[in-house]
Amino acid sequence: MSTNLALHKVGHHFRSAEEEFESAKLGTWLFLATEILLFGGLFCAYLVFRSMYPQAFAEASAHLNWKMGALNTLVLITSSFTMAWAVRLSQLGDKKKLILTLAITLICAGIFMVVKYFEYTHKIHEGTLWAGAFTAQGFSDPRVPTFFGLYFLMTGLHGLHVVIGMGLILWLIIKTGKNHFSPEYFTPVEMVGLYWHLVDLIWIFLFPLLYLISGVKL
Amino acid sequence: MSTSNINYLQEKKGLLSWLFTVDHKRIGLMYLGGVTLAFLLGGIFALLIRLELFSPGSQFVQPDRYNSLFTLHGVIMVFLFIIPAIPGALGNFILPIQLGASDVAFPKLNLTSFYLWFIGLCIALATLIMGNLDGGWTFYAPYTISGNKAVVWAVFAAFILGFSSILTGLNFVVTVHKLRAPGQSWFKLPLFIWALYATALVQVIATPVVGITLVLLIMENILKIGIFDPALGGDPVLFQHFFWFYSHPAVYIMILPAFGVISEIIPTFSRRNIFGYKIIAFSSVAIAVIGFLVWGHHMFVSGQSTVASTAFAFLTFLVGVPTAIKVFNWLATLYKGSIELKTPMLYALIFLFLFTIGGLTGITLGILSVDVHLHDTYFVVAHFHYVMMGGTVMGFLAGVHYWWPKMTGRMYSETWGKIGAFTVFAGFNLTFMPQFIMGTLGMPRRYNDYVPEYEIFHKLSSIGAGILGIGLFIALFYLIASLFNGKKAEQNPWGSKTLEWEEAASPPVTHNFTTQPVITHGPYEYGVEVKA
Repeated sequence: MSTNLALHKVGHHFRSAEEEFESAKLGTWLFLATEILLFGGLFCAYLVFRSMYPQAFAEASAHLNWKMGALNTLVLITSSFTMAWAVRLSQLGDKKKLILTLAITLICAGIFMVVKYFEYTHKIHEGTLWAGAFTAQGFSDPRVPTFFGLYFLMTGLHGLHVVIGMGLILWLIIKTGKNHFSPEYFTPVEMVGLYWHLVDLIWIFLFPLLYLISGVKL
Repeated sequence: MSTSNINYLQEKKGLLSWLFTVDHKRIGLMYLGGVTLAFLLGGIFALLIRLELFSPGSQFVQPDRYNSLFTLHGVIMVFLFIIPAIPGALGNFILPIQLGASDVAFPKLNLTSFYLWFIGLCIALATLIMGNLDGGWTFYAPYTISGNKAVVWAVFAAFILGFSSILTGLNFVVTVHKLRAPGQSWFKLPLFIWALYATALVQVIATPVVGITLVLLIMENILKIGIFDPALGGDPVLFQHFFWFYSHPAVYIMILPAFGVISEIIPTFSRRNIFGYKIIAFSSVAIAVIGFLVWGHHMFVSGQSTVASTAFAFLTFLVGVPTAIKVFNWLATLYKGSIELKTPMLYALIFLFLFTIGGLTGITLGILSVDVHLHDTYFVVAHFHYVMMGGTVMGFLAGVHYWWPKMTGRMYSETWGKIGAFTVFAGFNLTFMPQFIMGTLGMPRRYNDYVPEYEIFHKLSSIGAGILGIGLFIALFYLIASLFNGKKAEQNPWGSKTLEWEEAASPPVTHNFTTQPVITHGPYEYGVEVKA
């Protein structure tokens, strides 16, 4: 454990450090609730259009590469594990291992985005895009572009959250390097952890709904 | 707690000390200035609309400009004024003090939320020079997906303002849960806090949905994403569902804080404990919950199923119940009270009168068969103005007058206050009562022209709008004048029982209290011997 801790000062309006931590935690959970409702709108649109055009969804979904989706699921679950570990390490004040676990989380997030990049460029190349930009040939159902519109909206918004998460994790690594955290004060690590688990959780719903609805061919 | 005895207005000087402040009281005052400016702008647009409608035919604006006017009037009044007015200005100032705290839980987030509001204002106003804004504040697709630049930016402004609203709500929920003073149990909270708490929950839960909806609308304009555009396989009715899933609960974001203000003022000026404290507190929460289940009553003629419409109609009647409970409780509080007709009380009574008309006509509109006839007529316009202006704006004015001495340390002129209140009351009814009548006669909303049969109603309404405007300007002038020559306010000029009056100076010190207050009695224990 480091010797020159940069002491965190409790805000003047809190009566104790515990009250401050509890407030941050409740605030973060409320924020996560808003995130769920934000994505909820898209999930609701998915539900409506899938029930309107089930054939189109089946046909379009078969066109996605489920292996890439599965790889990304694995990568994100791994990152969630290392993030949870990082939170524990921050409580214990183990600086070296904290930086290591955060770095692994960051790398996993990076891998996720690289895989996503390959998927996106492939679709742009094929022209399997949203309705206004759809140029691909050979689909039988005219509503296939609706599926791809939702695919890009949902994975796009999720990808944006991954990128923001990467920024936050990088910030944690820098702060850890500067000895900002201690067993008495680890609030940001725990809060970013909560956020990261939500980002992971949303993907866990996106993966089957987008990639697996027409079955998988090995 | 700070031991400084300097009040928050004098603690630091200079413009920068305001622009970068994290003091909830200063942020509250900045909101008060901001929302007043927005109200002024929205009001000017309303007066221009009424001027155009004074006579049939085109007077001085072309139909396209007229569309811009009513759209901007709606966008500004809803997103920039009514939603942030009471929580942002009065709530920010009063909520932490009533709790016995020295600030909100996240002061920097609070300032962020103000600046998001300000950015939203700038973008909304910038649309004025971008061409013709169209489609109304409801932004219905497919009118709004034709790539009109002004519309896209107005939608973006509403999106930004949504974030501002979410952050305020989040801050308030955490503050109420975590920063209550010792002894401040849930059932000793002033009802203003309960109302703001219920509001904050709706802000946090409903606003993200309109956020994603507005993003989709922007995407539809820029990328042709195919979600709302029927030509691309999208569903415009889905937009209406998404929009009203937020915007109906948003109606309660607008009105619940006003209920809170009224619940403070009526016991104070009747010198009586509020009748049915718990039921008023719970009815705020009940309204917040049921309010989420009634959005379909905006869509009776959209082609949604009859079963859905019937269910929405019954749920709409149901949401009237907790609202009526509040009104009856306020009346019961007045009964046998020692009523003192100071300006805040006058506005509270005006609120009761106007809001009851607004609420009851809402039930009328919730009846399926009646709504099919009245949909998109001036009856609807009159109804929601009775609720929004007769309710929320009167509640806001009541609250501003009630807490003005606390916020500024000055008393305003009671005489002018009363003159202003009577002028507003007269002007308001003259403006909107004729609109009920012409609505039932079939005058549709959002048109810049009409057949001569409606002329008398439009003339009365326009004259009323002028009187209403004069009344509001009177209020603006004597309030500003009081800052310069008003009598110095005592700590508790109304003899109230809540913490901000009993324990905090007028104006309060920087960290609100010099010692941590401990709550020993309920917020409305008038005429009760208080044991020390």
